[in-house]
Amino acid sequence: MSDILTVEGLTMRFGGIVAVNDLSFAAQRQKITALIGPNGAGKTTVFNCITGFYKPTAGTMRLTHDGGSETRLERLNDFRISKLARVARTFQNIRLFPGMTALENLMVAQHNALMRASGFTLLGLIGAPSYRSAERHAIDLARFWLDRVGLLERADDAAGNLPYGDQRRLEIARAMCTEPALLCLDEPAAGLNARESAALSELLLSIRGEQGTSILLIEHDMSVVMEISDHVVVLDYGVKIADGSPQQIRDDPKVIAAYLGADEEEALAVMEGGT
Amino acid sequence: MALAPEQTSRAPGIAFILKKALISALVALVLFSLMIGIRTEAGPTGQLIYWTRFGDLAVMVAAVFGGSIVVELLRQWWGPVGTIRVVPPSVQSSLAMARRLIAPALLIFTFLVPVIFYDQRYILDLGILVLTYVMLGWGLNVVVGLAGLLDLGYVAFYAVGAYSYALLATNLGLSFWVCLPLAGILAAFWGVLLGFPVLRLRGDYLAIVTLAFGEIIRLVIINWQSLTGGPNGVTGIPRPTLFGIPLSPGDDGLAARLGIEFSPTHRIVFLFYLILALALLTNWVTIRLRRLPIGRAWEALREDEVACRALGINTTTTKLTAFATGAMFGGFAGAFFATRQGFISPESFTFQESALVLAIVVLGGMGSQLGVALAALAMIGGFELFRGLDQYRMLVFGVAMVLLMIWRPRGLIGHRAPTVFLRHNQAISSDLVKEGRG
Repeated sequence: MSDILTVEGLTMRFGGIVAVNDLSFAAQRQKITALIGPNGAGKTTVFNCITGFYKPTAGTMRLTHDGGSETRLERLNDFRISKLARVARTFQNIRLFPGMTALENLMVAQHNALMRASGFTLLGLIGAPSYRSAERHAIDLARFWLDRVGLLERADDAAGNLPYGDQRRLEIARAMCTEPALLCLDEPAAGLNARESAALSELLLSIRGEQGTSILLIEHDMSVVMEISDHVVVLDYGVKIADGSPQQIRDDPKVIAAYLGADEEEALAVMEGGT
Repeated sequence: MALAPEQTSRAPGIAFILKKALISALVALVLFSLMIGIRTEAGPTGQLIYWTRFGDLAVMVAAVFGGSIVVELLRQWWGPVGTIRVVPPSVQSSLAMARRLIAPALLIFTFLVPVIFYDQRYILDLGILVLTYVMLGWGLNVVVGLAGLLDLGYVAFYAVGAYSYALLATNLGLSFWVCLPLAGILAAFWGVLLGFPVLRLRGDYLAIVTLAFGEIIRLVIINWQSLTGGPNGVTGIPRPTLFGIPLSPGDDGLAARLGIEFSPTHRIVFLFYLILALALLTNWVTIRLRRLPIGRAWEALREDEVACRALGINTTTTKLTAFATGAMFGGFAGAFFATRQGFISPESFTFQESALVLAIVVLGGMGSQLGVALAALAMIGGFELFRGLDQYRMLVFGVAMVLLMIWRPRGLIGHRAPTVFLRHNQAISSDLVKEGRG
């Protein structure tokens, strides 16, 4: 199985602080790769580098597309990562469009496809049939994802009015509406109860299985990580300390020590995770 | 602990009310002692003379003291959430009914205004003025209400449109119908030009730079005498024609051709329908744009810019198109203003105009088309209504605005209509809708 994302020598400095230091790892195609580590280990910084919100100080990030062509993520910035490299992301603190309905949120996610279909607004303004059919397709895709995350009934409710767990799932649905090659999830299970995080695991596994989307996720909930990940990368103080299958990570003394140093409960969770 | 202040406010004793009234009276005393207590005037030989008016001062302070007690008592009577309870539920439900009928009713009425008030020149002129501000409000609504970019220099585009038409028509002799699109394009061009430097700015900083831009345009117009005539303005701007047929008393005028007696009211009625058509065009385009990807991107930008970038939306071009679209409508309105007045000078394009249009948008409920139209009617028409009050006009008007914002903190129309729906087209409470931070 080929790698979809290869990160080599990634370093990110903020002034004198080294948040990520010479990090190298790979995420495999159609697999779920988890990035874990204690608080402040630099996980979200890595995410922000991959998704173009930060420009890394050094290092390369190569995204290999299905056809074998490569995109160098460190050379793109901002919105181009999502548009050209087809990398979608969610946020640790949910960032929906609260004053827009769930359906509208998913329509905004299809902006670039719809802009082309609307002839950069001109065709859409005169109501050209080609745009109308494109919009119907977009609504169908949105309806499909609303159904997948179990929010079809609440399609016309404001996103800000949805319960917390629904907002988390809606954000994933919105990211999937951009039809990404790589989906980056920043703590998708944060704040979810046991039943909701079980449903989330199921959703992520089905996204990997049915859509064939590769997933890179940051997660603190070890039960989710151990259950669904194919590959785990452990960060501590911006440095990779372990890299392997969930089973290998669980037994790695360095990982246990890192978690013990940070938080006893989390270390216990790692040791007992998945059981 | 959190309950303590609520309990005291629920049952405030006489001492509490008196204390509050006393503080209000003290503040009033300090403020009014200079404003009312001492009256200054220039004497006959230019020296400063002043006399004291302590009687008036005492009356005002007493009024504040008494008023404060009355307000406190009323507040007790209504309970802690007084502002919502002011309007009883039965009135609110009938208001909701009326709301659905108000837009078509208002539109039909507007079409009939020249028929009903044909011989009342004052009302027709006022109608044209209100419609001009409705159009400006709708134009600014794209920038402020939809894209959430606080623009304090909107009058700049109004000025660009007005001067574009005035200069093209007087120097090159182009007709109004050729100049109208040109004025829009030029204003949109200036909108993009303004957009570029302010793209990285947010909130207050954006407001200040746009404010400066508005002033720069005005100062350039004043100082570029050879082109714009400076403070003297541009005179002799051609009146609009009905596609080439002038509305004049001559033999080739419209009245002569139709075989009816000429009346200067014809031109006023024509101008009325012209600005109505332009305003409705603005409205139609904005409503269409809202349902297109670009309009949704504007609203998404207002809600959360970071999320927009994560979804692959080019925030730079999205902001620029919002600025350009808003500016274009401002340019159209400017061209209309120039042709209506026949004379323009920099004095018509002061910051006051920007503030007025922004107030219309905010008062109407940001993003709401109907709200902006109602607010323009209330602001411009209402201001005329208070004309009989002479020097107290501003005071009454200010109090009315404060009361309106207490009653309706999110504007007259406090909800957002979704642009697309699967089953139910339900309005979204504006408590959820963000104002945007630039």
